[in-house]
Amino acid sequence: MHYEIVDFVIDIVQNSCEAGASLVELRIDEDDEGIGFEVGDNGKGMDALQQARALDPFVTDGIKHPGRKVGLGLPFLQQALEQSGGRLKLESEKGRGTRLSFRFDTRNVDCPPVGDLVGMMVTVLCMPGPGEMLIGRTRGGYSYLLRKSELAEALGNLEEVSNLVLLREYVRSQEEGV
Amino acid sequence: MARMTLDELRAFRDAKRQDLARRDVEGKDIQIVVGMGTCGIAAGAKLTFDALVESIQKRGLENKVLVRQTGCMGLCYVEPTVEVIAPGMPTVIYGKMTKDAADELVQKHLVEGKLLDNHIFDRPAADIVKK
Repeated sequence: MHYEIVDFVIDIVQNSCEAGASLVELRIDEDDEGIGFEVGDNGKGMDALQQARALDPFVTDGIKHPGRKVGLGLPFLQQALEQSGGRLKLESEKGRGTRLSFRFDTRNVDCPPVGDLVGMMVTVLCMPGPGEMLIGRTRGGYSYLLRKSELAEALGNLEEVSNLVLLREYVRSQEEGV
Repeated sequence: MARMTLDELRAFRDAKRQDLARRDVEGKDIQIVVGMGTCGIAAGAKLTFDALVESIQKRGLENKVLVRQTGCMGLCYVEPTVEVIAPGMPTVIYGKMTKDAADELVQKHLVEGKLLDNHIFDRPAADIVKK
């Protein structure tokens, strides 16, 4: 089980990156009562049966790891949400993409700690796969948008450590606001 | 701190690049690949990723190393896993690379050119044992 909310988000975005998506959108919407996330991609998508099975911890497609009998990413998230009064919605269409929205109730005593949002955004922006990633962040009346293509154009290769350091500073400055 | 603009980010990047170009002209030939599957994340792979970046920067190796991410490498029982591809060294998959071990990896493997014996879980033997 993941410890922080950001770990769940990294896991879900990683799924999108491995689903052959060229575009991944992440929305983070935070207020006094909770924090909501929406992860959308234009990857390979799932039909109704695959969607139901994606939430079953004892099912995996077995393509990447033959013989493996568990797939824990989404079930972990669902469990964490169920035990702390959160909610989750999975929408997907085969061949078109997937959209997962979930919201943690941060007032709930069983809600996991949010964790390092800046580090999470840097991590997902640098994941291999999607050529474009949009991260939209709102907190109360404050908001900003990060665009992977713009950042890659400004910095160059996002896997270079010197660029990772600058990217982190940039995201932190957006997060801290004016 | 005021919000940084993309132009400011570009300026920082250019300044950094000139600074690095003075220090070293070698290409980026070292790759570090961090496993970011469900198993890795649950074991703290994000902390490892952050610690690697910090440690590489601390030792002034940031212009030689690429840090990439991948999914599960199939070694879920020893997560977090980190693969290191460096010239002159065998390609190694290290397991149990918590954030504390990440600093040791950078110092020993990248700076001193030694393997971390207690963390090797795949791919060293064929390269090391040359007949």
